[in-house]
Amino acid sequence: MTDKLTAAIVGPGNIGTDLMFKLLRSAESGGRVEPRWMIGVDPTSEGLRLAAERGLEASHEGVDWLLKQDELPDLIFEATSAYVHREYAPRYEEAGIRAIDLTPAAVGPAVIPPVNGEEHVAAMNVNMITCGGQATIPMVAAVSRAAGPQGVSYAEIVASVSSVSAGPGTRANIDEFTRATAAGVETIGGAARGKAIIILNPAEPPMIMRDTIYCAVAPDLDDEGRDAIIQSVFAMEKAVQEYVPGYRLLQEPQIDEPSAATQGQTKVSIFVEVEGAGDFLPPYAGNLDIMTAAAARVGETIARSLGG
Amino acid sequence: MNDRDILTRTWSQTDTASDLDLRLTDTCLRDGSHHKRHQFTAQEVHDIVEALDDSGVPVIEVTHGDGLGGSSFNYGLSRTPEQELIRIAAETAKRARIAFLMLPGVGTKDDIRAAQDNGGQICRIATHCTEADTSIQHFGLARELGLETVGFLMMSHTQPPEVLARQARIMVDAGNQCVYVVDSAGALVMEETADRVAAVVAEVGGEATVGFHGHENLGLGVANTVIAARAGATQIDGSVRRFGAGAGNTPLEAFVGVCDKLGWRTGIDFLTIVDASEDVIKPAMPEECQLDRMTLMMGYAGVYSSFLKHAGNAADRYGVSGAKILLEAGRRKLIGGQEDQLIDIALKLKAEQDKEAANS
Repeated sequence: MTDKLTAAIVGPGNIGTDLMFKLLRSAESGGRVEPRWMIGVDPTSEGLRLAAERGLEASHEGVDWLLKQDELPDLIFEATSAYVHREYAPRYEEAGIRAIDLTPAAVGPAVIPPVNGEEHVAAMNVNMITCGGQATIPMVAAVSRAAGPQGVSYAEIVASVSSVSAGPGTRANIDEFTRATAAGVETIGGAARGKAIIILNPAEPPMIMRDTIYCAVAPDLDDEGRDAIIQSVFAMEKAVQEYVPGYRLLQEPQIDEPSAATQGQTKVSIFVEVEGAGDFLPPYAGNLDIMTAAAARVGETIARSLGG
Repeated sequence: MNDRDILTRTWSQTDTASDLDLRLTDTCLRDGSHHKRHQFTAQEVHDIVEALDDSGVPVIEVTHGDGLGGSSFNYGLSRTPEQELIRIAAETAKRARIAFLMLPGVGTKDDIRAAQDNGGQICRIATHCTEADTSIQHFGLARELGLETVGFLMMSHTQPPEVLARQARIMVDAGNQCVYVVDSAGALVMEETADRVAAVVAEVGGEATVGFHGHENLGLGVANTVIAARAGATQIDGSVRRFGAGAGNTPLEAFVGVCDKLGWRTGIDFLTIVDASEDVIKPAMPEECQLDRMTLMMGYAGVYSSFLKHAGNAADRYGVSGAKILLEAGRRKLIGGQEDQLIDIALKLKAEQDKEAANS
């Protein structure tokens, strides 16, 4: 027995397949999560075929099949839908399997790796919030950390993604996206009040994911305070780049003086682009890549905490 | 009346209690919110609703320019909460129905519920014209709540008629009762308008009405709207005095006058609405809506009309050309809602400008 954790990916769609490639790549270079199973419900699934080709045990007989095996995984990455995950989460826990949930089910606490990645290593179920949340909450947290005693009184994020990268789940439940992201901006980002906006842009060729983060901070912030915020944002860019190399600031953070248009607050604007690694999903789908990259990162953190 | 002016589709066919050929919606208290930088006061909304209602305008739209929940850093913060403005409008109107707008991804179902509680009766849901499926849950809720529904296919100039027809089908299947072809950029030229309206009528005309919402960025608001009515649109948007985003909307009072001449019944008294335009709407406007370098650029490059003020702000802040910002927005194929990207464009232009200055 090694100190590796075994993992099953449930849901062999685009996200699950991309995640598999990331986990395999990481395992080859000394990572501690070993993807062993890919679970779906459709025998003709391309993701199952690719998984079998790469030596995973691939089954189209669903989670029921997985839970009947003699050897169970240590980790399950859920890449199905919120509905499915809510149904199965209790059974994973009963079987002693930890779940990393890439759906918006929000059964367990939310995790943004560079902000609270270590906080919930003992939880049986953690949630990855939304793509917009993964891309923007680190920056809200970066500003919060450096913004002095008043902190961030309000933060607003705008996520623009290419239409082709927004799946049917996102489209049917766009309210869940805005609500879950806004909640994460508050609870993990540290803003007193959060707001989230999502735009699906159909331009061809597809646009790379872009995110804008606006934070309201104290009106009397001096130059030193402003510089601290800017440095904190640059440091956070580097922290996210550790697991999403294509995450980058498009511009230096912009600071607007307090005015009527900012309701008397100093406004910090941060512009980010997220280019995916192109493991399975195309590079423009940075919104999906940052979810799978963050989930893989969380798996690794859990493995390290357990394996010592 | 000329043969071509006999409308084959009229509003009275849909609402048999009505004798209107066309049902008009004034949107200066929603689209005009962009021009006003979302600074409407309660008094202005009261006075405008009262005047429009007196003129016989059957539907008045009131919301932040970017719809429910639009008050934000990205689109501009509202001076008066929009829900309060909706309530005032509903309390003021004696005959008119109050409509409100929402964009999936900006507002949520909770905002729709609140707008209804405040007296809003018509829920207008707007998506980019290829993303209709993001509105399904909202149409479902609106119908469940007993609201009248309208769907906006924004930036209709970017897609051919058959794509719009397919997107219209998605909205109608979700419970939408009227599909609007929305010329958000004021970029459609008459026949393009007619083809789009006709395609949507052909697809959903048996189950829903069709509408047209125009902008003046190429000076074609009234012309496009006349041709849309001839093609089968029976619900029509306009804003008195063009009070809307970009160069403004189809001037409602002018369109009422044209309808009088063509023999199309709108239920709106021309002389009363002309007085309202001069005496009530004009004083509430920060300035007239103009066809100038910036707004012409929007119609020409196909840029979302509400980018105007934001491009102007970014141009001032960074000392670059506002017209160039708009052209680049068109080149990047930005859509409604991506106002944040205008700042990125301005910063890129500034960097280029600084580099050129250093080299010369």
